[in-house]
Order: sequence, then structure tokens, then C-alpha cells
Amino acid sequence: MNKQLAWGVGLAALVALPFVYRDPYHLHILVLILIWSFAYTSWSMMGRFGLVSLGHGGFMGVGAYVTALLWNHLGVSPWIGIPAAMLCAGVLALIVAYPCFRFRITGHYFALVTLALSGIVLQIIIATRDYTGGSLGYTPERTKGSHIVALQFDDKVVWYLIALGIWAGGLAIWYWIDRSMSRYAMEAISEDEDAAAAAGVNVTAEKLRITVLSAVMTAMAGALYGQYQMFISPDTVSGIAVSLQMVFAAVVGGIYVALGPTVGAIITILLAEVLRIGFGTKAVGWDNLVYGVLLVLFIIFLPKGILGSLLAWLKSPSKHRDG
Amino acid sequence: MLVVDGLVKRFGGFTAVNNVSFKVDQGEILGLIGPNGSGKSTIFNMLSGTFPPSAGSIRFAGTEIAGLPPHRIINSGIGRTFQIPRPFRRLSIFENVALAGYYGQGSHSRSKADEAAERALAMVGLPTDRTASVDGLGAAGLKKLELAKAIATGPKLLLADESLGGLDEAEMDQAAEMLRKIRTELGITIIWVEHIMGVLMRVVDRVMVLDHGEKISEGLPSAVSHDPRVIEVYLGTDAHATQATAAAAAAAGSDPARR
Repeated sequence: MNKQLAWGVGLAALVALPFVYRDPYHLHILVLILIWSFAYTSWSMMGRFGLVSLGHGGFMGVGAYVTALLWNHLGVSPWIGIPAAMLCAGVLALIVAYPCFRFRITGHYFALVTLALSGIVLQIIIATRDYTGGSLGYTPERTKGSHIVALQFDDKVVWYLIALGIWAGGLAIWYWIDRSMSRYAMEAISEDEDAAAAAGVNVTAEKLRITVLSAVMTAMAGALYGQYQMFISPDTVSGIAVSLQMVFAAVVGGIYVALGPTVGAIITILLAEVLRIGFGTKAVGWDNLVYGVLLVLFIIFLPKGILGSLLAWLKSPSKHRDG
Repeated sequence: MLVVDGLVKRFGGFTAVNNVSFKVDQGEILGLIGPNGSGKSTIFNMLSGTFPPSAGSIRFAGTEIAGLPPHRIINSGIGRTFQIPRPFRRLSIFENVALAGYYGQGSHSRSKADEAAERALAMVGLPTDRTASVDGLGAAGLKKLELAKAIATGPKLLLADESLGGLDEAEMDQAAEMLRKIRTELGITIIWVEHIMGVLMRVVDRVMVLDHGEKISEGLPSAVSHDPRVIEVYLGTDAHATQATAAAAAAAGSDPARR
């Protein structure tokens, strides 16, 4: 009950925030944090069960590019384009994951197959540069009609509220899974697929469901990012770098707790911003170096992630009393 | 209930199970024994769908199940335990069994799964509280959990794989008694694979003996333990089994007082 109250108050405060405080730069950072939090949460839906995907950049790219291409070339509203993009990402996930799961490609091998996926999506975007703008990036055309139909808003507050809603939706899906029988099944599968099958679990189907859900959500994050930034490029929404960024951030925050990926997004984005501004033009490139070293340190010393380690530490005194 | 005909399993050039046929009647306990590597676990893995047979047919309750994926076989009414217990350590004891109760019975109702879990845990004598951790269980406890998971899937036929390895004398007797109880109280037919012949011979209705993937003997425990081929296989393979054969003979035939 207390927990629900805390969630309610927290969410209400987040909704109220932009009406009280509307510094555009800070709101911009918050929107980015919310969108990426949602993406990292989507990644962790799989990652928490040992399905380490290095291909989620690919799903993000599909989300962003399919939505923008449909809008620019066919004039299809993102309201239809985003679901279509999510569908594409789901189908892509099925095509890649089904053979993997069917033939029991797990662990490192699964990660390698998915790694190829992000590379392939990147290459396709670059190869079809006549349509996608290639590595120069791509801009959805400014609407001349309704902003709502085009899902293009100049007001950062609107974007903040949209991103907040999507982020909260992502958390709701996390909780829904966490409380479902599917979580038991996935935990069991991640430990021992044969034993899970002997308990009657359809291992391939369960893994596919969570993978497709994760891919579809990630595509939504990509589409949203594109609509908000009004500029997408292979470097920012697809490819291996983006995939790795998702893995790092989720792992830094903690992939086994609901808010872990969010904490990961807050830390990585703030860190990158602070370092970027701090180093400025004095030492170009140093911000990335420090960023990388810090990530490595987090991962080595806090394998459960920052939030995961914190929660475990808070819980540990009571555990000692019980034992 | 179960009719196995001409079952063959080859791994590359090695034939692990060669043309084995047998049947199991409703309500009986069939013992399956044989030295290490004789193909007992391979037969179990084919019966439960872990891998498909290279040839042969498996008919369960009139339906061909050879080569079906494991979850479909489990859902059709076959439950199994593993030789080495394979608990899910990230789940509580109750969740382990509730999982089997849910997915093993066609994923219908969570409350039914919880009920099945409670019944199965009570049956094997494990705590039914929701949070008890698997880490607190010893060898005997893990075997009980393995059994509870299998029972919770609601099987008509239970494949119990060497459920007594690593237990002491008293625990073994308890476990044997448990299988008998599962049969009488739940009406579950059982195939029991075991290294230790002594205890097995006291509980089963019939025994089948495997060696090098082939069936070498089948029949009543008393007859099988005197079968010269069986004695030869056990004497010729390892000393531990020799003792087991002797114990079995004592238990099954010449020493009725121990029953």
C-alpha cells in the first residue's frame, strides 16, 4: 500500500514538473532520459533472463526509419507508421530469434547472432541511401497540416509528457511480466532449458514471446526518438554502437530491478553531458575516454548494477537478522 | 498404457539404445535397471521428448508421442524427474512446483497451479510456504522437490530417474515408500530407473534389465535377480553393482523377513 502511494506521488510529481519548471535544456535532457530509459527497460525485459541481445540497435533503427520513411515517402501518419514499424521489428525479431531458439543457440552464440543483426540493419540503411539519406542521416518532413497527425510538437512540455507516459507504460509492462507466470518460466529457462521443458514449459515459445515484446518496445523507442529529435542517423539509432550503449546503460543501472535501466539512463546520459560540457573544446574526445573507463569500473565493481547493488545492500541487514 | 516398440537411439556411430520394446500397464511400477551407460536415461529422454528416437514408436494412451516436443509430452500426461536434481535456484521451492503445476497442466489457471503445488509439496513432505528457498535443501530435499515438480504436472505416468543416488539407507527406504504412496494414492503409473537394485526390487511389480542398450531380461523381481544373464552383467561390470545384486537377491527372494 505504501509502495503504491509512493509510486502515485512520484508519478504525480513527474507529471507536474514541467508546469513548474520549464528550462528548455533541462527538459530536453529529461525527455532524452525518459526515451532512453524506455529503450533500456525494453532491452532488460530480455536481458534479465539471460537473453543478451547485441542487436537492439537494429530494432531501434527499424522503429525510427520505418516511421520516418512512411511519413516522408507515403505521407503515412506516425500514428499508423509507429505501429507498422513495431510490427516490422516484431517480424524481424521472429526471423532472427526463431532459428536461434529452435536450434538452441544460447548464451554467447545468441549474442553474436544478434550482433550481426545490428550490423545488417546499419548496412541496409547506408546501402539504401537514396531513400534513407545513408550515413548523413534523415529528417522527417515538417508537417504543413496538423501537428497531432504528424506527431510533431515544438513544445518540449508535450514531448516530456509523451515520453513520461511511454516510460511509465514500459514500467507497467515490466511489473505485469514480473507478476506473471511467464517470469517463473523465463527464470527457469535461463537456468536450465531441459528442466523447464520437463515442467511443461514451451521453451521456444516463451523465449520468442519475450524477445518479440522487447523488440517491439525498442522499435517504439526508436520511432519516438526520431519524432522528437526530427533527425535520425545510423549512428544515433542503429548499429552496434547503439546496441552496446543499451547494454552498458542497462547493466550499469541494474537489469534485475524495474527501475535499474532508468537509473542507468540517468547516470549515463548525465555523465556524458557533464563530461561533454566539462571538457568542452579543451580536450576533444577525453569525455568519451573518461565515460568508457567509468562504465568499465561500474560493471566490474557493481555487477548487479548501481540500483541493484543499492537495493541488495539495503536489504542485507534484514537478511542477516533472519539467518 | 505405454507401448514402446523397436526403440533405437544412435549418437553418431554409437548406438545407445538398440531395438528396445516393452510395455507398461496401468497402475504398475516398472523397474528399469542396468549398469552405467546401459541406455536407461537415454530411454527416459526419448520418452519425455528431450530428444527424438532414431527409430521406433512410443504410444502413450493410444497416441504416438515419439518425437513430440517435451512440453507436449508433459502436457499429455507424462511427468519426469532427472537423475541429478535440477531445481530452479532463482525461484522459491513453492514457485518451482507452481511453475510445473501451471505449465505442466496446459497453463490454464494460476489458482489451480497453486493448489497442485500445495498438494504435491504436501505429498512429498516439503514445506508449502511460499518463500522458502531452494538453497536450504539437502540431497534428500532436492530429490523430493524433483518429485514434487513431476507430480505437480499431473502425470498419469511418472518417469522417476535414479531418484535414490546419494541418499543414506533410511532416506532410501523413505523414498521407495514415497513412490509406492504416489502409485496407490494418486493412481500414477511409474517407471523407476535405479542403480541400487535392493530397494528397487522390493517396490516394483516388474523389472526390465538393460545392458549396452539392449533389453536382456524382463519379469518379476525374484525371477530377474536370479537370471544368469543379469548376474553376469552385474558381476562383470563393477563391484558396487555386484553388491547391489546380492542385496537384491536377498531382499527379493531369500529373506522375506526384511519385507
